[in-house]
Amino acid sequence: MRNILAVAGKELRSYFHSPIAYLVMAVYAVLCGFFFYSFAATYVVQTFRMQAMGGMGMPDMSINDYVIRPLFQGVLTIVLLLVIPLITMRLYAEEKRSGTIELLLTSPVTDFQIIAGKFLGALMLFGTMIVITFAYVSTLFIYGNPSAKPLIAQGVGLFLFGASLLALGMWISTFTKNQIIAAVVSFAAFLMIYVLNWVTAYSSGAIGKVLAYMALTTHFEGFAKGVVDLKDLVYYLSVIALGVFLTARSVEALKGRV
Amino acid sequence: MIEVENLTKRYGPTLAVSDVSFQVQKGEILGFLGPNGAGKTTTMRIITGFLSATAGRVRVAGIDVASSPLEAKRHIGYLPETPPVYTDMTVNEYLAFVGRIKGVARGELKKRVGEVSEKCAIGDVQHRQIGRLSKGYRQRVGLAQALIHNPDILILDEPTAGLDPKQIIETRELIKGLAGQHTVILSTHILPEVSKTCQRVVVISKGTVVAMGAPDELIARLQGYGSVLVTVEGPAPEIMSRLQTVTGVNLVEPVNASGTRITLEVHTEKNHEVRSELARAIVESGWGLFELKTSGMSLEDIFLKLTTRDLSEEAAAEARPAKAQEPEKPGETEVSN
Repeated sequence: MRNILAVAGKELRSYFHSPIAYLVMAVYAVLCGFFFYSFAATYVVQTFRMQAMGGMGMPDMSINDYVIRPLFQGVLTIVLLLVIPLITMRLYAEEKRSGTIELLLTSPVTDFQIIAGKFLGALMLFGTMIVITFAYVSTLFIYGNPSAKPLIAQGVGLFLFGASLLALGMWISTFTKNQIIAAVVSFAAFLMIYVLNWVTAYSSGAIGKVLAYMALTTHFEGFAKGVVDLKDLVYYLSVIALGVFLTARSVEALKGRV
Repeated sequence: MIEVENLTKRYGPTLAVSDVSFQVQKGEILGFLGPNGAGKTTTMRIITGFLSATAGRVRVAGIDVASSPLEAKRHIGYLPETPPVYTDMTVNEYLAFVGRIKGVARGELKKRVGEVSEKCAIGDVQHRQIGRLSKGYRQRVGLAQALIHNPDILILDEPTAGLDPKQIIETRELIKGLAGQHTVILSTHILPEVSKTCQRVVVISKGTVVAMGAPDELIARLQGYGSVLVTVEGPAPEIMSRLQTVTGVNLVEPVNASGTRITLEVHTEKNHEVRSELARAIVESGWGLFELKTSGMSLEDIFLKLTTRDLSEEAAAEARPAKAQEPEKPGETEVSN
């Protein structure tokens, strides 16, 4: 555990020593802030309009459905497709480029400890984004009365969604010495699995179903609605485990064991 | 302390290291000598557990590297060819991090960082960012990193590459100072380094060990290959044909002639002491013997000989082995991989 924390601490320090952490956080904060403001403003305008028309027997528009859900499901998941590669691109690529991979792999730590440490470090940086998101969303509690329970599910969902991408991005980063290549390939791969469920539009067979099931977005649906389904939870945890496993295989291959 | 047995490493179809075996005794400094691309780095990487071997076995401090890598790694300090430093960290941060992953106890960490900083003379830059340090300092930070957990064994891959002459001397002194308490393997393609720092040399070429022994011993063993310079007063053709008949002589060549004196270079067979025979032959024929000396081979000549072709065929085929080829300039920087 001490080794994992040592590596995680090193990763986190590297992020904050370089402009990456600030860039990523700023990009996220600006995008998240802009969309949050847009949704909230639209919501305010809409509700005023509804009130002016006397409600017309329509049910109340809930903040959760009209602001928080579209923000999480429609926007933040896409922002993460862009931002997560920036976090993961350096994890292994930079170690390979600078030769420090030799230090890590000749130290008395297991590959898993290194991988877990790196993942944890990246996860902590990503965690700051969740915090930023909730900083925005929490203002709704001052001016409105959103219900907190679905919000928790959405937060957990976004965290798992991001963590899955982190694990896959880390794996992709093991293949190259070049951070830019790692970032571009990661983004392309993320985009692919993001839209994988589109195949159901033209393929209704077993393959279509399987592909749709594998899509990251399919399993975000439940969380977005405010429901934590065990099935979705297992899916995201499996993707994380797969990413870690593939990273371990790839690091093993670096040593010429495969 | 270090036992390498029949080590072989293939990268796909290329054979990088082939059946390499050697041992290093405790407290010894072993020089790993060979031209670029001979397999030095690969061998060292296998010893440190960074690469796995295709075949063969490596044991450090009695521990098999392949089967219990963590245990083995605790005994090894490794300085790769390019110092594995994080340029965005300060020297102290870096050494503390390496100390932690190398398993230095929390309470000892600060003390160890101070000790290795002092040993490697990097105390004055401890709060500087490594990316801003000169190559010489980086190299010393790399060495400090290898020493942080006080390992029994140090593997140093070209520790003096890219340093200026003053730094090279300082680094050599530092490494020499480590012998005794640490067992050191250091690789180099620079020859004087070996004779200056190492007690024993393994010469490797194209992935195989071509010679092994103390630097002096190596020179002595191959001395016979060298040649003897004789300066004689007398009729040149007769002298040459007479000397040719001495047993152990391969070839006699005139080097220069001034008046009646001629200087001849006599190439001899391996391990054949011909000087007394030559002297007798000359004196008995009634010529005047003015000078008789071995033209000793430098380590450079030996290195070239060992790494350019097979020894036995060379002895037979090559007429002027040492002088014919201009030795490569040592100390040229190599392209890092």
